[in-house]
Amino acid sequence: MPNWRKYDSQGFYDELITPERTPRPGAETIAAAFAQLDPAGLNARQQAAERAVLEMGITFTVYSEGQNIDRSWPFDIIPRIIPAQEWAAIDRGLQQRLTALNCFIDDVYHDQRIINDGVVPADTVLSSPDYLQQCRNVSPKYGVWAHICGTDLVRDRDGIAYVLEDNLRVPSGVSYMLENRAVTKRVFPSLFADLEVATVDSYPSDLFDTLAELSPRPGDDPEVVVLTPGIYNSAYFEHAYLAQLMGAELVEGGDLLVDSDGYLKMRTIDGLAQVDTVYRRINDAFLDPDEFNSDSVLGVAGIMQCWREGKVALANAPGAGVADDKVIYTYVPDMIRYYLQQEPLLPNVPTWRCGEADALKYVLEHLAELVVKPANESGGYGMLVGPHATRAEVDAFKDVIKANPRNYIAQPTLALSTVPTICDGAIEPRHVDLRPFILQGDNTRVTAGGLTRVALRKGSLVVNSSQGGGSKDTWIVGNADASNR
Amino acid sequence: MLSRVAERMYWAGRYLERVETTARLVSVYVRLLLDLPPNTTLGWRQLLRVLSSHHEFERRHGEPNAALVQHFLLADETNPGSLLNAVHWLRENIRTTRDIVPSEGWECINELYLMSRRELPKAADSGGRFECLSDCVTGCQLLSGLLAGTMSHGDGYQFFRIGNYLERADMTTRVVDVAAATLAEAQQPGQALSNTLWMGVLKSVSAYQMYRQYVRRRVTARDAVNFLLSDPHFPKALGYTIESLGEALARLPNHADSTALVAELPEMVSVILELDLNSAALHDGIDGLQLKLGQIHGSIEETWFLKP
Repeated sequence: MPNWRKYDSQGFYDELITPERTPRPGAETIAAAFAQLDPAGLNARQQAAERAVLEMGITFTVYSEGQNIDRSWPFDIIPRIIPAQEWAAIDRGLQQRLTALNCFIDDVYHDQRIINDGVVPADTVLSSPDYLQQCRNVSPKYGVWAHICGTDLVRDRDGIAYVLEDNLRVPSGVSYMLENRAVTKRVFPSLFADLEVATVDSYPSDLFDTLAELSPRPGDDPEVVVLTPGIYNSAYFEHAYLAQLMGAELVEGGDLLVDSDGYLKMRTIDGLAQVDTVYRRINDAFLDPDEFNSDSVLGVAGIMQCWREGKVALANAPGAGVADDKVIYTYVPDMIRYYLQQEPLLPNVPTWRCGEADALKYVLEHLAELVVKPANESGGYGMLVGPHATRAEVDAFKDVIKANPRNYIAQPTLALSTVPTICDGAIEPRHVDLRPFILQGDNTRVTAGGLTRVALRKGSLVVNSSQGGGSKDTWIVGNADASNR
Repeated sequence: MLSRVAERMYWAGRYLERVETTARLVSVYVRLLLDLPPNTTLGWRQLLRVLSSHHEFERRHGEPNAALVQHFLLADETNPGSLLNAVHWLRENIRTTRDIVPSEGWECINELYLMSRRELPKAADSGGRFECLSDCVTGCQLLSGLLAGTMSHGDGYQFFRIGNYLERADMTTRVVDVAAATLAEAQQPGQALSNTLWMGVLKSVSAYQMYRQYVRRRVTARDAVNFLLSDPHFPKALGYTIESLGEALARLPNHADSTALVAELPEMVSVILELDLNSAALHDGIDGLQLKLGQIHGSIEETWFLKP
């Protein structure tokens, strides 16, 4: 196959092509389809996809020089393939993980058994800025706090999928997963005909069902709203997109108020209307100016009290971010054993907690080889990638860690797996991760695949769209039960 | 429906109408100027006046000329009233109501936006102008049609229509006002100028063909004004617009204040139609209509939109 003969993933695990340059199981059709395309053919397909992205208005917003700029979503047309059987195991692992995380959150806001039993140190939980006193003894429906979770998976050189982090606050990206599929269908309709690709289109109805399950008001017709920080937020596209597909109202803080009866209402052209479930896409700190950031204009005064009284459901629940902390992350395998009496199905990336003296010593000595992350940041900010940093940067970061060791964890630099990607008319390996989305209410549901993010710069490991990352469609291919037949 | 969303749908309707009329006006006007004898009083200033942009233009550029005016009206990003900006605000209002607008509608306005960004700056001073302006008109019609055909005709759609009609009423009255003023200012009004001018006016709101079918006489000032202000069947005529506006408002909850104001309009129009076309009273009458339209906007804002 011409295009694959010279394809070299340089020792990294490639998701589609083996070191022998043959397609992996499930990737045969895709490999064959791309094998014959010359540079002009590849570019033509890539441009067709970019045109589709532009016309469909799939954008993300970047802040630059004080201006908001809508950029087209960078998309690569070669899908990432995962065989259904392999995915079924990951799916189970993700469900197990979120179930344990929710047990943990509910526990730390109630009896704190896991602390009293000495599994997780009290200090680690209670000193976290995401542990909110305002949430003590609140009991959300089903004991579930994190209803929507985006878990980042990476595959290392050994071919094993590791959990890199669990995003339990306001994980984003799911709309791009849906739009990526729509673009691929537009550009490569024929490929779908030959393959059994699991659909992702049920996500909006699954999300709506999950949110509806949370409604405190009995009845079949709950009022579900999506609360966005506003039209200039970088994820506004996604907020509008999800609201549209769910048929839910997209609201801003100014549209809502807590009425004199203590219920949450929205301002409509026909007066005030009661709201049952808020899918909030703003952080805890901005949710309620009465209890958190008092100058926040994004949130709603009194919404926390309304939620505590069980008059409205918030997804994710306030305070759920306590389990999104990167130090807490290191205890998730222990949580699974503790709450579920099961062995974890998905491994964590080996992690040093800088708050522990031995670990801190090791990290400071090996900083140039490690990736160090602050416990409470997202989007790749405030971290150090040792192998890519200068001597001076490494030394400066030592002081940063020493000033607040509890706030840092360190991990080995992972050899992220690669997927063939079109770069200037040639097919080259580029590093990827994967963010599946897990929904939990009365039931638990996992997306088929998720959002594959790709670092478009050669050799880069940074997949964030704000920092030169793009994305790919993710195909779960084949039949999960194949082995049983 | 949310008050904020209602407000954005309303503005989407206004901007859609503004984009379409601006594109039509400029396109027709440029052609009209080609038909007129040199030294007529009709000039770029009148076009600026119809679009309420003459003060801003004079402040910036002084004396109008073809290239400056067209760039200013079509492609000047710093002119809030330029066509380019109207398309931007139309798209922005649709973008921020994407949760209720059918996605085809969003894709449609998005394509119009991409086209206008690409072509309008060139169109301001090149031969591709008519094609680009006509693409703008087509894009607007496409969006109107898509929404009419695929969006539920509930409250959201009514706000969109109301924005449409108010903007249209405003524009039609302004076109009549400026045309009458131009004739009154002319040193020797002459039949030829009057004819050409009113034909141009009718064309600028795409009314010429319909006018010929219904009036069946050569174009006169009196007939043209009658048609534009009172015809009950032609969609751009004020008569039709007022009726549709009242009908759309009546579908909304708590509409009493707004519909009462709209109900005053027909009587005001019939008073105007009695007036001498060259009198200052005509201008005052139309001024009165425009004030009333402003009050209707205020009442809509007061009744349904989010209070700051």
